[in-house]
Amino acid sequence: MMDKTLAELAQGLKNKEFSSVEVTQAHLDRIKSNDGNYNSFITVCEAEALAQAQAADAVLAKREAPVLCGVPIAHKDIFCTEGVKTTCGSKMLDNFISPYDATVVKNFKQAGVVTLGKTNMDEFAMGSSNETSFYGGVKNPWDVKKVPGGSSGGSAACVAAGLAPAATGTDTGGSIRQPAALCGITGLKPTYGRVSRYGMIAFASSLDQAGPMTRNAEDAALMLNTMAGFDPKDSTSVDREVPDYTADLNNDLSGLKIGLPKEFFGEGLDAQTEKAVQDAIVVYEKMGAKIVDISLPNSKLSVPVYYVVAPAECSSNLSRFDGVRYGHRCENPQDLEDLYKRSRGEGFGSEVKRRIMIGAYALSAGYYDAYYLKAQKLRHLIADDFKHAFSQVDVIMGPTAPSTAFGIGEKSNDPISMYLSDIYTIAVNLAGIPGMSIPAGFSNGMPVGLQIIGNYFEEARLLNVAHRFQQETDWHMRRPQ
Amino acid sequence: MSLEKSDVEKIAHLARLSLSEDDIPVYAENLSNILQLVEQMDQVNTDDVTPMAHPLDAVQRLRADEVTEANQREKFQSIAPQVENGLYLVPKVIE
Repeated sequence: MMDKTLAELAQGLKNKEFSSVEVTQAHLDRIKSNDGNYNSFITVCEAEALAQAQAADAVLAKREAPVLCGVPIAHKDIFCTEGVKTTCGSKMLDNFISPYDATVVKNFKQAGVVTLGKTNMDEFAMGSSNETSFYGGVKNPWDVKKVPGGSSGGSAACVAAGLAPAATGTDTGGSIRQPAALCGITGLKPTYGRVSRYGMIAFASSLDQAGPMTRNAEDAALMLNTMAGFDPKDSTSVDREVPDYTADLNNDLSGLKIGLPKEFFGEGLDAQTEKAVQDAIVVYEKMGAKIVDISLPNSKLSVPVYYVVAPAECSSNLSRFDGVRYGHRCENPQDLEDLYKRSRGEGFGSEVKRRIMIGAYALSAGYYDAYYLKAQKLRHLIADDFKHAFSQVDVIMGPTAPSTAFGIGEKSNDPISMYLSDIYTIAVNLAGIPGMSIPAGFSNGMPVGLQIIGNYFEEARLLNVAHRFQQETDWHMRRPQ
Repeated sequence: MSLEKSDVEKIAHLARLSLSEDDIPVYAENLSNILQLVEQMDQVNTDDVTPMAHPLDAVQRLRADEVTEANQREKFQSIAPQVENGLYLVPKVIE
């Protein structure tokens, strides 16, 4: 029952081929024996998972159960989980036992889905390699000398290594898609507002969005069916009907118009990665898709714009960590200011401090117009580029990341070079549209991701386009040895 | 934009972050590099562009002013560093 997809596990549970307790125990055993190699989990919820599995088996035995009832998954440690340590990869929250469930976690619990544990991540989701985690880096299952990407690196690695059939992730500038690409799995960042952010520890509130990380597009559709929906507890949640994301998976692709932005195939793109992406495009052409050359002229500014908007919002969001109500508090504070400063100085790592300071600077008196306002204006131009493109094409394709996974330590002392590894994913968050990454081949033995970008609320189309590719190719079936 | 040591100290104070003396020059260099990257924004004229407030042009949703949450003070304070009689304790602020 290991290495099965969510859909296969769900079917096996319905057919009584195995029980939820058996599936859950098998995954817990594999985590215990193998995760020492990857460090993909911060917390394993053995007792809770087995209790949830028993409850799921009872539901499965009695009546019509929800589709995913009894299937185990992992949650990124950014999602608050009641009674379980929720760290966000930070020393600041090393002692934080969440008193409530995030809406995403609650939705899965109500659907009878079992939580195996909480996955490792870059501290407060700030990073592209998982190296900023207080709990140590995660290793890429395809080559343990390489990073898994980030910030949802633990989620990507545990799915790639077969420790969990699927996991949740979050994506502020590429944090689902880039690690999915680097670990050879499928990842989807939905439209901004599609999935509730309630209980998902905030980084940059106008960009953050949760999504599924899975073995294939069908599983991503099943996960999104459970995750998506209006939530009155999230003020930016969108009140819009949730379609059945599995309904359109098999739609024919003949006549599909695919836009290839010239800006995604220029300088800085690794040649082997480009070759794999071009080969994937040929597969689509054979399925009857039409290729259209397009341009996203302002997308080149997405990295600078992001490094104003995201730090500005993070400096505001992370002001809640003050050593007073929860989280780390320094020893023997002299006065209130000392309590704030040392609690935060000790609790946050250097990348988080860098971003808080950039944000505080960009928002400080006299600089707001030059930085935050300027960035929000450019963000409009970036979104308009996509709007124009989607008047010509149905989806946009390109590489997810400029290269395959890089070496551990290779970029950790050079923030700017690290930031540029998200060059193709960031514009999607700035515009608020959905994007996916699916396995599309290999370069020197490491997985390459194809990015598929859609218009607002076109998740079903992205999943359809991804699923049809996975019917024609077997890249998504490959496993690290 | 190049930041001096004193700039970093000022920003760290605004953000209520203590930094070790040795780290300050490193942050000055890192932050200057990031600001240099950010300056690429000036390549594009945005005089006639409206800033984007929300990708879907959504407006703030309002709700009826009703109590919807139960009081869970004890539960929430059980994870606090220091509480007394239902209050969070901090070092003395007023003499």
